[in-house]
Amino acid sequence: MTDLLLFKDIDEPGLDTLEVYERHGGYQALRKALAMSREEVLHELEASAIRGRGGAGFAMGKKASFLPKGTMDKYLVCNADESEPGTLKDRDLMLKSPHMLIEGMVIAAYTISANLAYIYIRGEYDLPATRLERAVEEAKAAGYIGDSILGSDHSMNLWVHRGAGAYICGEETALLDSLEGKRGNPRLKPPFPAVQGLFQGPTLINNVETLSTVPTIIAMGGERYAELGVQNSTGTKVVSVSGNVRRPGNFEIELGISSRDIIYGLAGGPPEGREVKFWFPGGSSSPILTKDDLDLSYDFDTMAKAGSMLGSGSIIVVDDAHSIVDVALKTAEFYRHESCGKCTPCREGTNWTVKMLERIDDGEATPMDLDIMASVQEQIIGNCLCVLGDSMAMPIGSMVEKFRDEFEAHIEAARARNELATTDEAPPEAIIQGAVA
Amino acid sequence: MSAIDPSRVPRFAHGSRVPGWDEAADLTKDPAPMPDPATTPVPEQLRATIEDYMSRYPDRHSAAIPALHAVQLHHGWCSPEGIEQAAAVMRVTPGYLAAVATFYDMLFTEPVGTHQVFVCTNISCSLCGADDLFAAFQEHVGDDAEFNLRSFECLGACDMAPMASIDGSYVGPIAVDEVPAVVEAVRRGEEPLPDRQLSRRKALDPPVIS
Repeated sequence: MTDLLLFKDIDEPGLDTLEVYERHGGYQALRKALAMSREEVLHELEASAIRGRGGAGFAMGKKASFLPKGTMDKYLVCNADESEPGTLKDRDLMLKSPHMLIEGMVIAAYTISANLAYIYIRGEYDLPATRLERAVEEAKAAGYIGDSILGSDHSMNLWVHRGAGAYICGEETALLDSLEGKRGNPRLKPPFPAVQGLFQGPTLINNVETLSTVPTIIAMGGERYAELGVQNSTGTKVVSVSGNVRRPGNFEIELGISSRDIIYGLAGGPPEGREVKFWFPGGSSSPILTKDDLDLSYDFDTMAKAGSMLGSGSIIVVDDAHSIVDVALKTAEFYRHESCGKCTPCREGTNWTVKMLERIDDGEATPMDLDIMASVQEQIIGNCLCVLGDSMAMPIGSMVEKFRDEFEAHIEAARARNELATTDEAPPEAIIQGAVA
Repeated sequence: MSAIDPSRVPRFAHGSRVPGWDEAADLTKDPAPMPDPATTPVPEQLRATIEDYMSRYPDRHSAAIPALHAVQLHHGWCSPEGIEQAAAVMRVTPGYLAAVATFYDMLFTEPVGTHQVFVCTNISCSLCGADDLFAAFQEHVGDDAEFNLRSFECLGACDMAPMASIDGSYVGPIAVDEVPAVVEAVRRGEEPLPDRQLSRRKALDPPVIS
């Protein structure tokens, strides 16, 4: 286990204030970065090979390098609309160490010569947003944000923008629309935000955790950072473990440790007498993995090879006391609620899937409906404007594939229960319980 | 009898059966114009807040969501009157702001109670019993109009599951038998379960819960 980077002093009382943050070496990386040229800072970020921590896992340095050079208005946006079910890492980072994010943003804005930056934080995060706003005020008063920062040629302004409760606004182009004061509908890509983003200008959008890591990368050097972790998944990552585990919470790990070490070691495994039935490795959008996959290394490539994804790094553990149909229904209902309705496969597909799962739950379905449901998922994947539709289709598709027997048993049990309900005889207890389990 | 029985059309969670959903739009009517700033009275505080928000962006439209938050804080909900006031300050049509307000879960276009209780019923919380928790809240809040009780999508506090956001602060885990005390504390305007507030939680070494 490596030393903690992001969570090093996280529980230090008062770390959210400038004074304590500076006492722990805060804003030294910014001084170092401003003494370097923009190309050198970008080179460090590329050398670190850090992949975006928000879900897509795109290399941060590469994304920053896509922005055109020149003197046009460019923007930096921090995606703090952390809404993926199971994810709570950004909450703690902003709550406990807001200055680390601000320092990372000033360095990133310097790198791409952006003069205006926004933190789009979800409206539900009232306390983290309040602390961020206070930290931004402190940073402005101390001259870390403003004109000619620390005597350099870099000037910028930064604002915290609160959202109002919409999962879709975590999608980068929907976030931009929302930040422009519209309904949060995703845009057609290309053009990508690096070319045409906020207010039609080139825009760099990164997750809170990615930007919070930037000061560390500058302080220790990109190449040294890249030595942490494994091939193609460098560095440390804050993973959120939740669901049926004894110690749910955030843990900073070095990428590439075994999933079993995270679920059983750090999070304490499922409650007494229970077993892991399946788990989402990267938020509820990721295809599920079962207990046979627990020994896989937790990194981007291994998760992709296993047919799932690391996503936002949020593990949701489900134990054997829960029915697959219930979890599938909860998942599908969430995406139906959050679908923005702009494109058809997602709007209709999520609604259809919920209706079919309800039929399965009510005993009105036949095993053939499972094939129809699986084919609906296939028709959603890759056919939507953004990944919200895929985010439902991938986990639901994987649940039907991996637990088809249980779905069929559930259909049969619910059907038998309905048949008994129409006769006068009192139903045998065993059948009722079979239908509920 | 019409082909569709309106009472049998389910009310979808995303609000597709809003009042007037089955009435045709009057296409001969002009859209509501931008309110005249000279004749629309706007509370001074609200105007100052919205103007401050507008100054933060190169395009004033960006202030729509913060402005609606401000309207909600002032009026308790995004009332037609409040939307009209914000529209007068922002120099947009009320329809523009109403379109934004109806999209977001935290902007209320109908009057709501003053105490916001959002119970997370998403996957992680429901694995830990959130559906029972929400039912208990429904039972103890009853038809108290002071409360705006609703189930909510993942609030990003799965480590505190099952939890609720009570007047903006995260509290959890909440056991079903603690709900009456929590509801009472909210009624009295006190902080419920102070030792289980997010603000007092540590990030490292989360506690064992079971």
